[in-house]
Amino acid sequence: MNESKIILKKSLGEWFNMMTAGGYRVVGPVGQDGQIDFEPVTSPDAVRFDHVQTNNSGKWVMFPRYEAMMRFRLSGKEVQAGEIPPQAPPTVLFGAHPCDAASLATLNAVFTWDSSDAYFEPKLANTTIIGLSCTKGDSYCFCTSVGGGPGDTRGSDVLLTPLDGEKFLAEILTEKGKSVVGLAPQLFSAADGTSKEAALAKIPARFNHRDVTAKLPSLFPKEDVWKEQSLRCLGCGACAYVCPTCSCFDIQDERDRYTGVRIRCWDSCGFGLFTLHASNHNPRHKQSERWRQRVMHKFSYQPERLNVLGCVGCGRCSRSCPVDMNLGEHVAALAEIKV
Amino acid sequence: MNELQQTAKDLLEKNAVAVVIGYGMGSEPSLRRAVFVRKPDQAPQLIFDESCRQNLAFYVLKPEVKALGKAAVVARTPTLRTLLQLATENQITDESVVALPVGNGSVQPLTNFAAIEQYLANVPRGFTAQEQQELAAIKSKTLADRWAFWKSELSRCIKCYACRAACPMCYCSKCIVEVNQPQWVPVPSDMLGNLEWNVIRAMHLAGRCISCGSCADACPAHIRIDLLNQLLATEAMQQFGAEPGLSVRKDYALATFKPTDKEEFIR
Repeated sequence: MNESKIILKKSLGEWFNMMTAGGYRVVGPVGQDGQIDFEPVTSPDAVRFDHVQTNNSGKWVMFPRYEAMMRFRLSGKEVQAGEIPPQAPPTVLFGAHPCDAASLATLNAVFTWDSSDAYFEPKLANTTIIGLSCTKGDSYCFCTSVGGGPGDTRGSDVLLTPLDGEKFLAEILTEKGKSVVGLAPQLFSAADGTSKEAALAKIPARFNHRDVTAKLPSLFPKEDVWKEQSLRCLGCGACAYVCPTCSCFDIQDERDRYTGVRIRCWDSCGFGLFTLHASNHNPRHKQSERWRQRVMHKFSYQPERLNVLGCVGCGRCSRSCPVDMNLGEHVAALAEIKV
Repeated sequence: MNELQQTAKDLLEKNAVAVVIGYGMGSEPSLRRAVFVRKPDQAPQLIFDESCRQNLAFYVLKPEVKALGKAAVVARTPTLRTLLQLATENQITDESVVALPVGNGSVQPLTNFAAIEQYLANVPRGFTAQEQQELAAIKSKTLADRWAFWKSELSRCIKCYACRAACPMCYCSKCIVEVNQPQWVPVPSDMLGNLEWNVIRAMHLAGRCISCGSCADACPAHIRIDLLNQLLATEAMQQFGAEPGLSVRKDYALATFKPTDKEEFIR
């Protein structure tokens, strides 16, 4: 596999046409500066190639903000329930940066952990990722601290690296990638050993994630550390919702007296209600405990139990945080603590 | 050390307060973040400039911050007004918090509500020219255009509740969106759920919102929810003469009635 080709920027339109004609929904980064997000697109003209990061991740393609799973109707003592089958249209997620592509491994590990998630899996199976290497980053990016990089191929089916304004190196990495390239093979020419390295952004590493993972269990009881970091945290869900790997959801019945629909919606460990028990006991009563959970989950529990990191270093949580909670900075600070 | 830093240092040295809630350097040179200064020698961390926008009154109510002891809070005008409105709503008691007013040069600690009232009496009120312009622009739209505008704005809402979290007046220990027996507000961040949430929040703040803008600043989707609040603030002002946060009064607009009110249903 792993074949490299060249595609010209001016050929992308035709490739998009072939993908659309081939039955794919194409989703890519569109919008104005400050408000760029993954949305369905029909032409590369609308697609942004020059941004550092979208506001929201593209995880909604596999894990939407809300998703109806069942309808029910009560009549007398009878309950009629009908499943709502998952919607999994064949989709190309175009222009996902390597951090976002890497996040699929984390989502997949969660959603296939002990049983296969009937709503996630078909969407992942029907999604092809055409990644886009990063030629620039900002101070919030820390992919290189969590095992990734601006040209990392993990998770992508095809990875495009802009070589100049005119052409891309296309690394064809999987069977799915071969299929979408195969829709318009005439647009791809030989790469002749062209390297992408010179085009890639330089993202300095801030910490060593293996050291952090090893150290976190001993930091868990240090309440002052977590309290100090989270004093300014407001307890909203912005960080979790913009995060490409956060996968927590809540199941709700939206109903009137006789009919209803069962929906799962994104949820966040930042909320006080998140772990509130019916008894009114809350094992994470304080915001500092919820902040600790967020860090532990990503850097300790998930590596330990699922063998994946829960963070890809995209920096969205920190860019979106209303009070400048900076995950990269705080994890780097944790790495510095002597235990 | 500037006057703010010196004042904070003095308060901490005299043990007049246990913590000074202020602004310090953030992740980027242009960013500021809340800092909680507890030692006199940390006072130089405090910064005040135009980038300091968050309404720090939020932290006066946050349990973890309350646990640190009596606080002094670096206060722009909206923060001062928030403190008086919180007092009006019995959320803070007199002399329990020190306000450090910034904005007109001198940082003279205001140690009780009367002092804050007096200070605010000399501060210009009302919306800025830009705010008035934005409000007028929305109001001049036809009903259909206004609906289209809000539909488009609210379609970006992901229901992260950062607006609520950043708002010092959103202090309910159990918010309506968290009541699920019965479920009042649809949970999904779909059109209905987003509309209901944002409208309910705006209605609940009508006559109480002091228009600090922290909700819109906090929104990761950059939705101008502050405009909803400002529109209702204008209404509350016109209909009831309600101008919140100027004094500790117990008769704020949506929680009082008078026998002389013109509405029939209230009799």
